[in-house]
Amino acid sequence: MLTVDVTRTQGSFQIECAFSSAAAGITALFGPSGSGKTSVINMVAGLTVPDGGKIMIHGRPVVDISAGVVLPMERRRIGYVFQDGRLFPHLTVMGNLRYGMGLTPAAERSIPLDAVIELLGIRHLLDRRPAKLSGGEKQRVAIGRALLTSPHLLLMDEPLAALDSNRKDEVLPFIARLPREFDIPILYVTHSMDEILRLADLLVLMEQGRSAAVGTVEDLLNRPDLRHLTGRHEPGAVLQGTVVAHEERYTLSRLMTRAGPLLVPRLDLAEGTAVRVRVLARDVSLAAERPIGLSVQNVYRGTISSLVDAEGPYVDVHLDCQGAPMMSRVTRRAVAELGIEQGRTVYAMVKGVSIARGAVGERP
Amino acid sequence: MLSDYEVAALVLSLKVSSIAVGVSLPFGVFFAWLLARFHFPGKTVLDGLLHLPLVLPPVVVGYGLLVAFGRRGVIGKLTNDLFGFTFAFTWQGAALAAAVMSFPLMVRAMRLSMEQVDRGLEQAARTLGASPLRVFFTITLPLVAPGVLTGVILAFARSLSEFGATITFVSNIPGETRTLPLALYTFTQIPGGADQAFRLCVISVILAMLALLASEVMARRIQKRLAG
Repeated sequence: MLTVDVTRTQGSFQIECAFSSAAAGITALFGPSGSGKTSVINMVAGLTVPDGGKIMIHGRPVVDISAGVVLPMERRRIGYVFQDGRLFPHLTVMGNLRYGMGLTPAAERSIPLDAVIELLGIRHLLDRRPAKLSGGEKQRVAIGRALLTSPHLLLMDEPLAALDSNRKDEVLPFIARLPREFDIPILYVTHSMDEILRLADLLVLMEQGRSAAVGTVEDLLNRPDLRHLTGRHEPGAVLQGTVVAHEERYTLSRLMTRAGPLLVPRLDLAEGTAVRVRVLARDVSLAAERPIGLSVQNVYRGTISSLVDAEGPYVDVHLDCQGAPMMSRVTRRAVAELGIEQGRTVYAMVKGVSIARGAVGERP
Repeated sequence: MLSDYEVAALVLSLKVSSIAVGVSLPFGVFFAWLLARFHFPGKTVLDGLLHLPLVLPPVVVGYGLLVAFGRRGVIGKLTNDLFGFTFAFTWQGAALAAAVMSFPLMVRAMRLSMEQVDRGLEQAARTLGASPLRVFFTITLPLVAPGVLTGVILAFARSLSEFGATITFVSNIPGETRTLPLALYTFTQIPGGADQAFRLCVISVILAMLALLASEVMARRIQKRLAG
């Protein structure tokens, strides 16, 4: 449980951020570089002090400027996972893991060492020094080290940003499992849409130091008015679905969404898993009539809910497909020729191959 | 192999230098940390004062010590009244002279290494629940160990070779303040002392080489530990 409502002026930069998150889950701070994400997380951590406002962690005010409360960071019961790991080079992996654990009173240690080592898969690394670890291994150890202080809140500042995509896939599933496994809330800073899709429960959109919008991932990413924050160049709609079957013969997975079945490249998820899929607007084409004889497998009937002008010759067409959102980027010329207008029924076509692995995430 | 006279000078030199380095070490670490981490008014002045023994003629430092710590000096009077003890003309005085002369070298090496410590690691330790003091002893100090070692070795070597300030402050008393360099100097002043002087010369060289070798070995060991 985390409540943030703070203001701070840094030179000519004004930070104003307010949001509140539930007990155990991942709250993502999303925004471009310089939008104030790290400033906010640093205030929560206690690395900087807000000019005004309040921060509550686990029902306890760690900052309350009007009441004169500013707890030093070592008393906030937070774990901080930095982008660059920051493992202590003079200690072994085990030494790093035990560092914060040893400083936590035994009565308050709710997260056991063995469970963390097991979950993060770092048992074989315990005797090594950080210099001998790969980037992904370092981040896993850093997560473990922070967890072992049994924090009331885990802060992660772009923990995957320094890793290549293979290493990202190595660490991301571990992060996804943390909130439920250890019953801990996470505040997660990122500018990666893939990470949002696969990790976030609650989304806080940051813009020029302000928290511009707070809501669920599905709600915010599908809102046309927030598109300038959620993907100016790569707009897309987020659908909820369930893995219903794997078609091994074609190495495809069949998802069921409210719009209808969606075939995507084979996923590494069990049948029945709830997922989130982001379908990019540029991968969706529109047809005035139900198309036949196409290679495209995913065709959905929908009603046009709005048209939003995009840069250059493009228009983003927002559709409602039986309650599921869909977005298509077409040229202004196509709009004119097809007679696309609000309220009209059209068919949206999604090429299955266009859905990248990172665009499908297990729903938190 | 070594004459009693040589052994006495060697042992005294080692004793004086060890005490000088050992006692000044905590102060060295403190000033290195102060200069590496903080900006405060008068920092340049303090920095200059600490470096003074490096650029002043040693005789000036020795004379200054004599004026301050001699029986009639400001501090010397105090120590004499309180403990019935003065630094002048004692081996402790020799250690004090060596400590003052070697202090700039010690602080310099440690400061450089402290300036290179990744502050992010200290921050990380804070988020893990460590107080600033604990961070200093469990993170900062282990990380600057190579710099501290370099500082200690440099200071030790400088103490072993200390001559000017020592002879001015505590004179050249056999068995009390006659360290290796002073013994060597004594023989150069006696007709027919050339052989003895040469022997002491060789002992000094061997001692210096051993100190450097030991520091190299230890530095490598620490470096290896930090690099995994």
